[in-house]
Amino acid sequence: MGQAKRKFADRDGLLAKLFLLPTAVYILSLVAFPFVLAILFSFSDVTTGNPSLDFVGLRQWRTILSSKIFWTSFWNTIIFTGISMVLIVLLAHTLATVLTKDFKGKWIVRFCVLLPWTTPVSLAAVSWLWMLNSIFSPIDWVLRWFGFIESNMYYLGRPVLAMGSIIAVHVWRIVPVATVIIMAGLMAIPSDINDAVEVDGAGFWRKLWEINIPLTLPITAVAVLFGAILTFADMTVVFILTRGGPTQSTQVLSSWAFFKGIEGGDLAQGAAVALFLFPLLLAAAIAILRAVRHREVM
Amino acid sequence: MRGLKKHFEGGHIKAVDGVDIATRAGEYLVLLGPSGCGKTTLLRVIAGLEEPTEGEVLIGGNVVNGLPPRARGIAMVFQSYALYPHKSVLDNIDFPLKATGMEADARKEKVQWAAGLLGIDGLLDRKPRNLSGGERQRVALARAIVRDPSVFLLDEPLSNLDAKLRTSARDELKQFQERLGTTTIYVTHDQVEAMGLGDRIAVIFKGKVRQIGPPKEVYSDPADTFVATFIGSPPMNLIDRGDHVLGFRPENFLPVDALNNRGDNVLKVDVRVYRIEYLSGDRHVYATVPGLGHDDTHIIARIPATVDVAVSEDQDQLFGIHERDLRFFDSKSGERIPPRPVRL
Repeated sequence: MGQAKRKFADRDGLLAKLFLLPTAVYILSLVAFPFVLAILFSFSDVTTGNPSLDFVGLRQWRTILSSKIFWTSFWNTIIFTGISMVLIVLLAHTLATVLTKDFKGKWIVRFCVLLPWTTPVSLAAVSWLWMLNSIFSPIDWVLRWFGFIESNMYYLGRPVLAMGSIIAVHVWRIVPVATVIIMAGLMAIPSDINDAVEVDGAGFWRKLWEINIPLTLPITAVAVLFGAILTFADMTVVFILTRGGPTQSTQVLSSWAFFKGIEGGDLAQGAAVALFLFPLLLAAAIAILRAVRHREVM
Repeated sequence: MRGLKKHFEGGHIKAVDGVDIATRAGEYLVLLGPSGCGKTTLLRVIAGLEEPTEGEVLIGGNVVNGLPPRARGIAMVFQSYALYPHKSVLDNIDFPLKATGMEADARKEKVQWAAGLLGIDGLLDRKPRNLSGGERQRVALARAIVRDPSVFLLDEPLSNLDAKLRTSARDELKQFQERLGTTTIYVTHDQVEAMGLGDRIAVIFKGKVRQIGPPKEVYSDPADTFVATFIGSPPMNLIDRGDHVLGFRPENFLPVDALNNRGDNVLKVDVRVYRIEYLSGDRHVYATVPGLGHDDTHIIARIPATVDVAVSEDQDQLFGIHERDLRFFDSKSGERIPPRPVRL
């Protein structure tokens, strides 16, 4: 009876630590460290020209809170996120409902729906810049051809239209993911339930309001949570299309933080602007996740 | 026949392969068959959840092909009950009524009636997840009856209950149907349920109806060897005798001393008992019968608890059976053939 040797691979405790190490390193270096640094920055007067970290208390926070552009950006962020999310949920739900039905050529529709998500942002940006161009916009061309408008719309040159354009492009980017998430929710409804609805004689709208929407609510909430965080933190669309203009009318907090902190070099204020959203997002995330757990239905 | 008729000649990926059944008004018809025999598909075709490839479904004398389920006057109870998990019991029962556009007061009355009938008045505010299996089943039944359907379709409604509850739930189902008098089509793979509940049983195998008749008839006069072995526990003994198959029920094959003298011919044969099982008081006797077919023909005899003739293992004993209890089947097709003299 030779005593079997305890091998390296048998030491669960050690192995667990070893396997977790890369994740821990990744999170510490790329999430925790920048986050702590940002907090430190926001209480200092650091700039790209003067990188010494001098503590100045709440001065930066006071400055940004009294700035007019900050509040414009804040409300723009709320409007941008709010309207985008409503549109995204409506469109994604509609698309998901259509795509869970059986029809001919379904695969090509599915493919097209997913296309915006797979398109690289830079490529999408170029095509949208062209679509919304003040002189060569094909949208204007079509509208003019039908006689709806006399002259060009200057989508990105007028405050309301610019915000509308930003929202439209962002919705176009996010809808595919939301659709896939909600489709998963719809397909998770047991087929017996769908049969029962049919036997019970509910029509399309009743089924939608009383069965599909309540049963996909938890997963829709998750989609909204992810969407909202993506939207809150997103600056690509704004940066590419309008750079916050005209006259700050499309400036959102994340883009302003970028312009202020990176392009303007005022790292401290940029950090303060970026951090301002953090407690809001955290509260929203907790609230949504709580609500989802309470509504857990099965 | 005031109630309804149904008539199929379906061919649904051969799941239902030329079925032709007419139900009688107020009847409890059980579709019995092993899993995958097409019985559930058949039920779904009747419900309108699937369209038949061929043939017609008639309810109340009208062809309902192409009509959606809601227009067919049917109600269905699913195997999983398919209660709406986010709705209270009240709203679950109310749901089919709401779809009909009935007035709120009338709906309330109807829900109360159904809940009262099933004894679930006290549960109306609960959510399905807070109910036991038996309670869920009642809610599903209540949801099915509120619309006064002309046919009930039940898809294995007892299979999710534990064995103890199943017996009482079966009894309740039967009483419930008798009180309502609604024609019911009940799908199950459990022969005990089928025998206990059905006014008539349709035995289905490979998409075809093998036999349809009252439980007693299906049991004692099976139409073919499939029905003979599928129904009855232990199943009918089948002995291949070359040109025909001889069948008899285990409870008819007894020690000669235990056979009552009914005046008709008794076939006597020596058997070698090799095992005895005691099951609910009855004795199941496993034996080989050299005299009837091949040398190693195995049979099972069931001696009722009331018979106290001694039988012991590893001994030869004279058993007998009345000739009228013998059944004969064609050895190729398995179908029932007229009796013939048995020579030993």
